[in-house]
Amino acid sequence: MTAVWHVGTVAETRTETRTETGTGRSLLLEVPGWGGNIAGQHVDVRLTAEDGYQAVRSYSLASSGAGQMLQLAVDKLPDGEVSPYLVDDIMPGDQLEIRGPLGGWFIWTPDMTDSVQLIAGGSGVVPLMAMIRSHAAVGSAAPFRLLYSVRQPDDAFFRTELDTPAPGVDVTWLYTRSAPEGWDRPAGRVTAADLAALTFPPSDDPAIFVCGPTGFVEAVASALVGLGHDPGRIKTERFGGK
Amino acid sequence: MATVHRVPGHVDGNALAGPLSEVFDFDVTTASARCDACGATAMLAEAMVYEKPHSFIVRCGSCDAVLMVVLQRADATELDLSGIAWLHVPR
Ligand SMILES: Cc1cc2nc3c(=O)[nH]c(=O)nc-3n(C[C@H](O)[C@H](O)[C@H](O)COP(=O)(O)OP(=O)(O)OC[C@H]3O[C@@H](n4cnc5c(N)ncnc54)[C@H](O)[C@@H]3O)c2cc1C
Ligand SMILES: [Zn+2]
Repeated sequence: MTAVWHVGTVAETRTETRTETGTGRSLLLEVPGWGGNIAGQHVDVRLTAEDGYQAVRSYSLASSGAGQMLQLAVDKLPDGEVSPYLVDDIMPGDQLEIRGPLGGWFIWTPDMTDSVQLIAGGSGVVPLMAMIRSHAAVGSAAPFRLLYSVRQPDDAFFRTELDTPAPGVDVTWLYTRSAPEGWDRPAGRVTAADLAALTFPPSDDPAIFVCGPTGFVEAVASALVGLGHDPGRIKTERFGGK
Repeated sequence: MATVHRVPGHVDGNALAGPLSEVFDFDVTTASARCDACGATAMLAEAMVYEKPHSFIVRCGSCDAVLMVVLQRADATELDLSGIAWLHVPR
């Protein structure tokens, strides 16, 4: 399974989120020799400075399937080492080393027919977006729901695509800092009551994928268990942070 | 679910997929491990991972005991696997 390092060339960049707290950007990378990937997998990105210093970080893929064009989406952490470069500096034509595809546990494959509940915080939507796109690409009949928690309306990745989901995919938004005008629920962190109201109940026995900042993932996963979901049905991926 | 108190900033075993692909011929995220300290068996993807410069400390999700330490040296990778009592690797 030894994953090799490939060289990817940035084909296109797109600003996804733009708020006073930071920006997020998606990158299309062309990677000759890429053998395809499963929805949910990630890559390691390696940057090498002129003095030889290297930094490696993991980024999920928003794309899946065959083909040599990969999509990443990165949230900028202002004091971060790697993300500001990927969000502010890198330009079409620039190259990155990437290793992958990585991880065979946090994945969704078209042969899975169970109901799927996706729960994302911030950039945690990236691997779940790959699952939603894969579901649409194969015309899967598995019922899909996404609960997407963002700080404020303009802080969402893939907003346009998620506002018009494919049939069989239901998208629910949750705002933690400021909600759009006229929104019923006041802005605030996701609670067990939100999960009970907005996600598949334990009686549906959904396969659940939770992804985002570590604190978000752990709070959501333990609330889901509290609601009666089988811990064995909950897959988590922590992106780091508090 | 675990109730142990954790230092913030960790990730989980999904992040080990790349680094450990340099050492093992299997995907560590689909392997499960039994903790030598508490006996809990879980997917390595579900373990808690603390990344330091040039090392990863991997802790049990149930009791927080150290399952594995990965040291990335310039010329070699070194592993302390003494916290894992049993490893199950699907074919
Ligand atoms: C499997 C996996 C997949 C990932 N996929 C994505 C992805 O698709 N998109 C994406 O934007 N990121 C993703 N991440 C997070 C990413 O790997 C980096 O950790 C992130 O970009 C920060 O790197 P940095 O070098 O900018 O910050 P660093 O220099 O590493 O850290 C700067 C500061 O920010 C804190 N910090 C680190 N990570 C986070 C975080 N996630 N949230 C809040 N604070 C943090 C650190 O504790 C530190 O104080 C993923 C992580 C993993 C493990
Ligand atoms: Zn243990």
